[in-house]
Amino acid sequence: MKTENQKAWFFVLPVLLLVAFNALIPIMTVVNYSVQETFGNNVFFWQGLDWFEQILRSDRFQAALGRQFLFTFLILIIEVPLGIIIALSMPKKGFWVPVCLVLMALPMLIPWNVVGAMWNIFALPKVGMLGYFMNDVLGVNYDMTQDPLAAWITIIVMDVWHWTSLVVLLSYAGLVSIPDAYYQAAKIDGASPWKVFRYIQLPKMKTVLTIAILLRFMDSFNIYTEPFVLTGGGPGNSTTLLSIDLVKIALGQFDLGPAAAMSLIYFAITLLVSWLFYTLMTKDDAQ
Amino acid sequence: MRKRSLIPILYILFLMLPIYWLVSMSFKTTNEILAGFSLFPQTFTLDSYVAIFTDPTWYWGYINSIIYVTLNTVISIAVALPAAYAFSRYSFLGDKQLFFWLLTNRMAPAAVFALPFFQLYSSVGLFDTHIAVALAHCLFNIPLAVWILEGFMRGVPKELDETAYVDGYSFWRFFTTIFIPNIKAGVGVAAFFCFMFSWVEMLLAKTLTAVEAKPIAATMTRTASSAGYELGLLAAAGTLTIIPGAIVIYFVRNYIAKGFALGRV
Repeated sequence: MKTENQKAWFFVLPVLLLVAFNALIPIMTVVNYSVQETFGNNVFFWQGLDWFEQILRSDRFQAALGRQFLFTFLILIIEVPLGIIIALSMPKKGFWVPVCLVLMALPMLIPWNVVGAMWNIFALPKVGMLGYFMNDVLGVNYDMTQDPLAAWITIIVMDVWHWTSLVVLLSYAGLVSIPDAYYQAAKIDGASPWKVFRYIQLPKMKTVLTIAILLRFMDSFNIYTEPFVLTGGGPGNSTTLLSIDLVKIALGQFDLGPAAAMSLIYFAITLLVSWLFYTLMTKDDAQ
Repeated sequence: MRKRSLIPILYILFLMLPIYWLVSMSFKTTNEILAGFSLFPQTFTLDSYVAIFTDPTWYWGYINSIIYVTLNTVISIAVALPAAYAFSRYSFLGDKQLFFWLLTNRMAPAAVFALPFFQLYSSVGLFDTHIAVALAHCLFNIPLAVWILEGFMRGVPKELDETAYVDGYSFWRFFTTIFIPNIKAGVGVAAFFCFMFSWVEMLLAKTLTAVEAKPIAATMTRTASSAGYELGLLAAAGTLTIIPGAIVIYFVRNYIAKGFALGRV
């Protein structure tokens, strides 16, 4: 039972001030830009909600949003089951457990632009290992600077390489918390491996899987650095995800109004989908 | 059982391939890299590493990154500890809303904040300082640290607090000499995640710096464009960015899994 204590606010105050400084002031700047038009020299004109309407109706935004949803959908549908399978087949204890965990976590500790640069060179035809293997050993015509499909496959494989371990680590943490008695009981009852997974392991992993899916959704939906360094959004616009498009508008063209409106729409979509995921996945607990 | 362990082995092999490729490339000459594919360096050279360790613009990139990452980790943990304690022990007006609001900052796309952050930190005169990047990274690291620490603190029975008060400990003495040592695994895990996310984040770090506090990533992009395609140098620089993370993860290897499991949504 928690004690009611309003003085606890003093403990939270430093966190509140620091995060508010970083979150509220920038977001208000964005809101400010989103309703105004500027022609430079710090002269602004009231624009109302025009930018929002314009962005929502533009083909460019809708296309980038579509690509973003496709990317995130593919990421979740590949990484979550794969992560669970790997976690299930890992040893429960012994010398190899920390070794596996450290090796698996390694890709997550590489700076994101290095990840992008690394995969860029890795996939170069002739020079890179992947490019060489595909073109010269398998004889497939593979060049991600020319072929949108190759670019998409490279981006997906890169993200699977980079982030599946997060799902593995979380699922594994859930799995090792299951007491041995549960498995013994299942054995006595003669439960099949599938039944053990469905009725013992999956329910026990539910909390950590919720965290995993939420984190993977947020991070893949907000992804910027890795695909930007890997493909630069190309060939053409085929891999221009939402963040890449946003930075192009804001810093490339310096269209602050539309970029700000787009930022807010973007943030709102992330919040809404995260909230939907969260409510759906925790619905059973409430009953 | 043996067939099952094939899956993690194959997965780890897949993870190691690009890393091996990067490391082996860092020991090759640029000519050899561009000449075509080779699995091992034919003419083993340390030239790329020598170039990095003798050029101040290169090695200062690493020092700058390490300075702001350390600052960020210290700040995040220092402010998150009392906050996590408050969330784990007390209920107060708006606690659930505040907790959720903190987490929403983890959801904000960094690209959205790049430009306003630049303006904010320029206007308070902190642009191009280590502290600016350290503070900016607090946006996503403080919520994460509070989240992880709160999970660990909930696992400590309340009787510990009460016994300490009965024994005449003041709150701060209890908190620093008894409570924090009790959750040092949690502090380690939280520090690891703060370090990790601050180390790998580059968009904000690049936006907020120019010369004095420039992170290693910015040095890398500049070199890639100005000196043509110096792949060997780039590979060596990339290899060196993996090392700090690898060292840190080695220290917390036994707690990583636990740190994840105790977080709450």
